[in-house]
Amino acid sequence: MNLNTCTAHELLDLLKQGKTSVGEIFSSLLTAIKTFDGTVNAYVRTARSTEAAPDAKVPIPVSIKDNINIEGWETTCSSKILKNYIAPYDATVIQKLRSAGIPILGHTNMDEFAFGSSTETSCYGPTRNPWDTSCVPGGSSGGSAAAVAAGEAIWALGSDTGGSIRQPAAFCGVVGLKPTYGRVSRYGLIAFASSLDQIGPLTKDVTDSALLMNIIAGHDTMDSTSAEVPVPDYTRALINDCKGLTIGIPKEYFIEGISTEVKEALEGAISVLKNKGARFIEVSLPHTEYAVSTYYIIAPAEASSNLARFDGVRFGLRVQPQKPRKSAIVDMYEETRDRGFGREAKRRVMLGTYVLSSGYYDAYYLRGQKVRTLIRRDFDTAFEHCDAILTPTTPTTAFKIGEKLNDPVSMYLSDIFTISANLSGIPAMSVPCGFSKSGLPIGFQICAKPFAEEMLFRIAYTYEQNTGWHKERPSLKAGGL
Amino acid sequence: MSILTQKDFETVIGLEVHLQFSTRTKIFCGCENAFGKEPNTCVCPVCLGLPGTLPVLNKSALDSAIKTALALNCTVNSYIKFDRKNYYYPDLPKGYQISQFDFPIGHDGYLDILVNGNPKRIRIHRAHIEEDAGKLIHDNAEGCSLVDYNRTGTPLMEIVTEPDLRSPQEAYDYLTALKLALQYLDVSDCDMEKGSLRCDANISLRRAGETRLGTKTELKNMNSFKAVKAALEFEEMRQFRVLATGGTIVQETRLWNEDKQATFTMRTKEEAHDYRYFPEPDLVPFIVEDAEIERIRLTLPENPQAKCQRLQKDYGLSDYDATIIVQDRHLADFFEHCAKHSGKIKKIANWIIGPLLKELKDRRCSVKDLSLKPEQFVLLVEKVENGDLSNLAGKDILITLLEDGSKTVEDLIEKSGLSQVSDDALLESIADETLKEHADVVTQIKNGNHGAVGFLIGQAMKKSQGKGNPKKIKDIIQRRLFNA
Repeated sequence: MNLNTCTAHELLDLLKQGKTSVGEIFSSLLTAIKTFDGTVNAYVRTARSTEAAPDAKVPIPVSIKDNINIEGWETTCSSKILKNYIAPYDATVIQKLRSAGIPILGHTNMDEFAFGSSTETSCYGPTRNPWDTSCVPGGSSGGSAAAVAAGEAIWALGSDTGGSIRQPAAFCGVVGLKPTYGRVSRYGLIAFASSLDQIGPLTKDVTDSALLMNIIAGHDTMDSTSAEVPVPDYTRALINDCKGLTIGIPKEYFIEGISTEVKEALEGAISVLKNKGARFIEVSLPHTEYAVSTYYIIAPAEASSNLARFDGVRFGLRVQPQKPRKSAIVDMYEETRDRGFGREAKRRVMLGTYVLSSGYYDAYYLRGQKVRTLIRRDFDTAFEHCDAILTPTTPTTAFKIGEKLNDPVSMYLSDIFTISANLSGIPAMSVPCGFSKSGLPIGFQICAKPFAEEMLFRIAYTYEQNTGWHKERPSLKAGGL
Repeated sequence: MSILTQKDFETVIGLEVHLQFSTRTKIFCGCENAFGKEPNTCVCPVCLGLPGTLPVLNKSALDSAIKTALALNCTVNSYIKFDRKNYYYPDLPKGYQISQFDFPIGHDGYLDILVNGNPKRIRIHRAHIEEDAGKLIHDNAEGCSLVDYNRTGTPLMEIVTEPDLRSPQEAYDYLTALKLALQYLDVSDCDMEKGSLRCDANISLRRAGETRLGTKTELKNMNSFKAVKAALEFEEMRQFRVLATGGTIVQETRLWNEDKQATFTMRTKEEAHDYRYFPEPDLVPFIVEDAEIERIRLTLPENPQAKCQRLQKDYGLSDYDATIIVQDRHLADFFEHCAKHSGKIKKIANWIIGPLLKELKDRRCSVKDLSLKPEQFVLLVEKVENGDLSNLAGKDILITLLEDGSKTVEDLIEKSGLSQVSDDALLESIADETLKEHADVVTQIKNGNHGAVGFLIGQAMKKSQGKGNPKKIKDIIQRRLFNA
C-alpha cells in the first residue's frame, strides 16, 4: 500500500488498527518527495527530524506553505529578500498543530509573497502540476496543492487572499478551503493583504479538510481580527445528503472565457447534488464584474504597506550598493529591495503605493472599499434566498508554465471566481469535479454565509460520497527534469 | 515706504505635544514599557515588526488616552479606529506607524491658561493615540548608526492645539499649564529629559490686523520648554527679518540647534513625506460604550486651576501659596491632609512651601515618593510654633522623617535631646555665667552701647548648645542688665 497517497483519516484508521506506524508514514512521504520532487518542486525545505509524540492524537504529518512561521525554520515566502531568515516563533496554527501532535513535514513552494496564481514567481523556481508537469499547479499555494496531489504530502496548509488555496486546489484536483475571514488566526502568517488573507487546508478529501479545520480554527488573542465564534466539530457536518438545501447559481458567473469542459463539469455536479435533494435557483451577484479590479486596488495597497518592513535593517537580505547614490540608508533600502523582490512583488508594491498616494486615495482605495461593501451586500442578499452558492472555481483548467507570466492581467483573471469570497469575507471551498479531455482536474466552488463552513462540508461531502473524482491520483514519473 | 517694526506683525503659534503613557506594557504587545533599560531588551516579535506578527490594542493605553482627551475638554470619539502612517526610517520597524487619521480619540477641546495673570483659552484641535518609534544612536566613532527598539510601541498621545498662541512666552505658559494638567492625570511622568513629553512647534507671522494665516515653519528637536521658547523667539525674529525686507517665508521643517541657539532647514514642503494613510486592517474598529467613557470621566482628578481656587477659598491660602502648592498634585493632597489635622493652616503652608519643598527639590522627588506622614508633619510644625523645638531642630527632624517613615516626632525629640530648654532656673544660670564671662561687654552696654545685647544673647544660646528657648534667654538677660 502506498501510505503517502492515503488520506489522513485513512491513515488514522490504519494506525488505530496497528497496520502502520508514524515512522512508516514518514518514510513513505520522504521516499515520494525524493522520487518526485525533483520534477514537481513542491517543497522548499523539509523537516530534518520527523519524530511524532507517541501519545499524539493526530500524528499525521502536515506540509506548510512557506509564508507561515515555524520556529527555528527558515521561513521565506519563497522570496530572496527573506532567504536565511529563521523564524523566532511559531504561528498560532503551528502551535495548534503541535498541540494536536501533528508533525511538520516541510515548507511548500509558493508565489513570492503569495503574489500570483501559478507558483512561477517563487525564488526557488516554479512548481509543476503533478497531472501535467508542463502546466502550472495554480497559486499561490501551488506547492501545497501539488504536494498533496502528488502524494508528497498527506495534507497541507495554504493561505488564500484572492483564491490562492481554491484555484491551485482546482488545478491539482484536491479539496481546498478558504475559511471565513477571522475563523483561523493569521498570527504568524506573513501578511500579503491583511483584510483578505486567511489560512486554510488543502486535502485529498472533504473529511480531511474537516479534521484539519477542527484543529486550526478558533479565536486567538494574538489576532484582533480573529472572531470569537465557537468552533463546531466540523466532522459532524459530514452528512451525505442535501435534502432541504437551496443552492444558488449566480448568473453573472457564466461569463465568456469559461471553458466548455469546466461548464460541463459544473453541470454534472449540479445534477449529482440535485439527486441528493438540493434545490437549485438562479441568484444575482450584480457587482461581480468589479471584483477583480476592486481586489487589485485593495490587495496591493495593503501589500505595499505590509512589505515595507522588508527593508534590510533588521533581518533578511541587506545589500549596500558599491557606489553611493543618495544617503547610505536610502541606498541600502533601494538596493536591498531591488535585489530582494521579484518583478511581481515590485509591480504590486508600486500599484499599492500609487493607489494610496495623496490625491489618488479617494479615486482608488476609498472607491475600492465602497465597491467591496457592495460586493459583500450582493452576497448578503443572495444568501437570503439560498444556503450556498455554487460556481466554477476557475474559468479554465491549469495553463502552461510561462503562458501567462508576462501577461499579468490575464493571470489576474484566473482568480475571477474566487476573489469575491475574500472581498466579502465568506467561506468558500473548491472540490474536484472532473477532468478535462487532456486529463487536467476541474473543481467547483461552493460558498456559504460567514461562519457557515459546516454548510460547505455537508454539500461537498455529499458530492464526494456520490462521485469518485477525489480518489483519482496522477501517475508521476520518477526523477528530475 | 515706512520701515516695518515687530509691532507691525502678529505672531501665530500652534503646538504639537507628544505624550508617552506610562502604562505597564506597550500599546500593541506585552513588552514592558520601561525607560533606561539595556538597549533592545524590552522587545518581542510584535514590536520588532517581525514578519507575520499582529498588533493587539492595550486596553489601559486606550483608557489613558480617553482620560487625557476628557481632561483636555475634548469631544471623545467613541468610534475607535486606527490608521497606518507609511514612511521608511530605521527606527520604525514595520515601515509604518499605527496612528489615527480621521477619527482621533479626542477633538475640539481646550485648555485654560493664564497669560500675564489673565485667563486665556487655548483650543485643542485634536488628540490622537499612536505608537512611538525606536531610537537611533549615531556612533560617530564607529561611523555607523545603532537602533534601540525598546521605545518602539510605547503608547503615545499627540495633542495638537489650534493656532491660538500669540508669543513664545504664551507657548511656554501653555506648555507649563499642559504639563501640570497632564501630571494631575497620572498617565505619564511628563519628563522631557526622558522624552516622555516632547514638543514640536508651528509658527508664522502676519501683518497686524490680518486674519489669514501666514506661511508657517515647523520647528523640531527642542528638548525643553526653554528650548521651545528660544526656538520660537529665534524663528519669530528670523521670519520678521525676512518679511520686513520684503521676502517670503518658505514652508519647511526646521531643526533647533541647541548649541548654536538657531534653527536650520531640515526639509522643505516639496520634500515632505506622503504618508499614504489608510485604515489599519489588523485592528478592527470598535465602539467604546458611553458608560465606559463616563466611568473614565469619574476618575478625572480635580484640575490644577480648580484646586488652586478651592485651596484659597477653603483654607484661606494666598494666591501665591496656593499656586505653589498645586504645582504638585501630591503636595496639594498632602497639604489638605495636614490642614484637616491642624488649626495652624498658614504655618503648615509656610512649612510646606519652605523647608519641605526645599528638601523635595534637593531630592528631585515628590512627597508621594517619601514616607512622610501628614500627622507627623503637623505635629512637627506645631512643636516649632509652640516653642518646644527651635526652627533648626525642626528642620533636622523633618529630614529624618522624610528618610525614615517609621520614626515619630516624639521619638526623635527624645532621642536627640533636640527639645528646646525652657527650664527657667537652668536658663538663668546660663545667662548669669554668660554675663560673668563677658563683664567688659556688660560694662559697655551699661555705658549706653545697647547694640551689644544681641551678642550676649548669642553667647548664651551657644552655651545652651542651641537648645535654649531664645525668647526666654533674651528676657532673662534684659532683666539682669536693665533690672527691668
